[in-house]
Amino acid sequence: MGASEIRAAFAAAAQEDRAALIPYLVAGRPGVEELPHLVRDVVAAGADIVELGVPFSDPLADGEVIRNATRRALDAGVTVAGCLDQVRAIRALGVEVPIVLMGYVNPLLAYGVERFCADAHAAGVDGLIVPDVPLESAGPLLDAAATHGLGMTFLATPLTSDARIAQLATASTGFLYAVASTGTTGARADVAASTHELLARARASARDTPVAVGFGVSTPGHVTELAPHADGVIVGSALVALVEQDPVAAVARVGELARAAHHAVTAP
Amino acid sequence: MNQTLHHTPDALDGFRLDAAPMPDAAGQFGDYGGSWIPELLVPAATRIADAWAAARIDPAFGADYAQLCREFIGRPTPLQHAPRLTAQAGGAQILLKREDLAHTGAHKINNAIGQALLAKRMGVRRIIAETGAGQHGVATATACALLGIECVVYMGAHDIERQNPNVLRMELLGAEVRPVEEGQRTLTDAVSAAIRDWVVDPDGTYYLLGSAVGMHPFPVMVRDLQSVIGHEARVQSLELLGALPDAVVACVGGGSNAIGTFRPFVDDADVELHGAEAAGDGIDTPRHAASIVAGSDGVLHGARTRLLQDADGQVLTTHSISAGLDYPGVGPEHAQLAATGRATYHPVTDDEAMSALDVLCRTEGIIPAIESAHAIALALRLAADRAADSTIIVTVSGRGDKDLATIAEYRRAKGLPDGRL
Ligand SMILES: Cc1ncc(COP(=O)(O)O)c(C=O)c1O
Repeated sequence: MGASEIRAAFAAAAQEDRAALIPYLVAGRPGVEELPHLVRDVVAAGADIVELGVPFSDPLADGEVIRNATRRALDAGVTVAGCLDQVRAIRALGVEVPIVLMGYVNPLLAYGVERFCADAHAAGVDGLIVPDVPLESAGPLLDAAATHGLGMTFLATPLTSDARIAQLATASTGFLYAVASTGTTGARADVAASTHELLARARASARDTPVAVGFGVSTPGHVTELAPHADGVIVGSALVALVEQDPVAAVARVGELARAAHHAVTAP
Repeated sequence: MNQTLHHTPDALDGFRLDAAPMPDAAGQFGDYGGSWIPELLVPAATRIADAWAAARIDPAFGADYAQLCREFIGRPTPLQHAPRLTAQAGGAQILLKREDLAHTGAHKINNAIGQALLAKRMGVRRIIAETGAGQHGVATATACALLGIECVVYMGAHDIERQNPNVLRMELLGAEVRPVEEGQRTLTDAVSAAIRDWVVDPDGTYYLLGSAVGMHPFPVMVRDLQSVIGHEARVQSLELLGALPDAVVACVGGGSNAIGTFRPFVDDADVELHGAEAAGDGIDTPRHAASIVAGSDGVLHGARTRLLQDADGQVLTTHSISAGLDYPGVGPEHAQLAATGRATYHPVTDDEAMSALDVLCRTEGIIPAIESAHAIALALRLAADRAADSTIIVTVSGRGDKDLATIAEYRRAKGLPDGRL
């Protein structure tokens, strides 16, 4: 388990001539009991990797949809330790795809970065995304993640230079996250031109590191448009919004998104 | 027309933006500070850090800043002995550093003018800011009007209610005020909302942060600009007393007026530094905002510092009667000054602050901001135990006009005259 599983998931998708589909779900939504079953169903519907958001009171990089969902999770008492319990429950249901946790740094510091990485690995977590830890501050986190075999993911944005993309990719032992647009997470109507430009630069600079694109990627059309240009596609807010309304519909949507990730699919 | 009028020598002379040492390039104050930010903001924060590193040592920038301080802000602000307040405390001599007399009514303008000058120099056309008490919003709106820059201010909906006069002031000055309805609807939520605006267009927008908090370089830059308070106070103290004071006192929200007051005295080992934190209903209750006295180490709004958080690292809701102190974190340099013991921080409750506010009004004819009343309360407490030949300088960070509605409500609840005849 860990970084190598993440790499293997991207390789397997590429073998099948498609981008890996990576849904983002908020841990504890729609409920602590329901989330593991939702993950199992989402994987059955075609998810290659699952990204789970660890709730934080002040999620600076997130738009309204994810903020509201994480607020509800916190109100329901979801803790960092509780998130790891949910990962254990997911594994107990037989889910084998890589699970990547996305969480802000302060709860990890409170838990203890070293202890967190050890416990996360033991619970069945494969990788970490910590969006408010830039490379310059990441030393201790990188060390702890490496010690426990967790794959790290850093974010590259349309404003990131090529040289820095290369550094971020090198440090990303899991995958490199290409942030499709400026702003916070949240559904967007269209794929920005800057997204394609970033993906071209990222793939040129990232060498062996898989590149997955997210932030605003919402519809099967977006996925079809981006899949040929990325190793993976991350769909967050659009799914989180659906989970809040109708988790069954969210599972069906993952199926559509997974089909859209095949390179053979042509845009409608 | 761009020449400086000749002025008679005053306490502002000799002020330097680079008087205090830079922390290291990463903005670390010992274990605190740094830059814990999303990748989207890294280029913008780096650009501002580089621009400030150049501006703070550029004599031309320093001269522009000093000129605006003198001619627009009305600096130097007085340092004056407060005889009747001193008598009330019954101990040390109390001197007031009158930031309430600065243009727009609080120290916040020192920072806003300086950063707006920097933004102008960087070619920015749009400035955003957060505000709690509304003083930083007013100061930013003022600086933007003066320099011709678009201005958007985020303000918690709760603060819009309790500091309403400042909302109209911002609007008159041409700023757009955006209410923040999330979280506790106060300063901390306004900071988060401003940061979320900033990530939309980090290249075209300048985030003009109002306190010595947040990611590098804001704690350094705000400190450098606000140090004009302590520089003047030090010069004025030597003039007035022939000596440095025994102690200086300021209130601490994010900590900008306090670090500006303290910093020029940090190397004067005999001068005690005392900060007043908002203790709300008391630090033994959950309703306070005393992040140094009652908080722990963590990361908030891009800096490692002291903050109020639960065991799981979630940021706690806070309470203070003063909007400007109602914030769960504090500037990283204060966290360092507390850790090294160079400065001491004390809790001051809502009730203590409101009673000190009454005392200052009646003894000296000054209606202070409720934030500043926390510093007055601490000065009264410290002065009472000291000899009459010792001296305490307390910074009156702002004036209280903005607070009249809150003061009336407080007095009503206590059964005191509240302005209704
Ligand atoms: C008059 C006044 N004093 C103090 C403060 C607290 O801020 P800081 O701690 O940054 O000086 C404020 C903030 O709004 C204020 O308006």
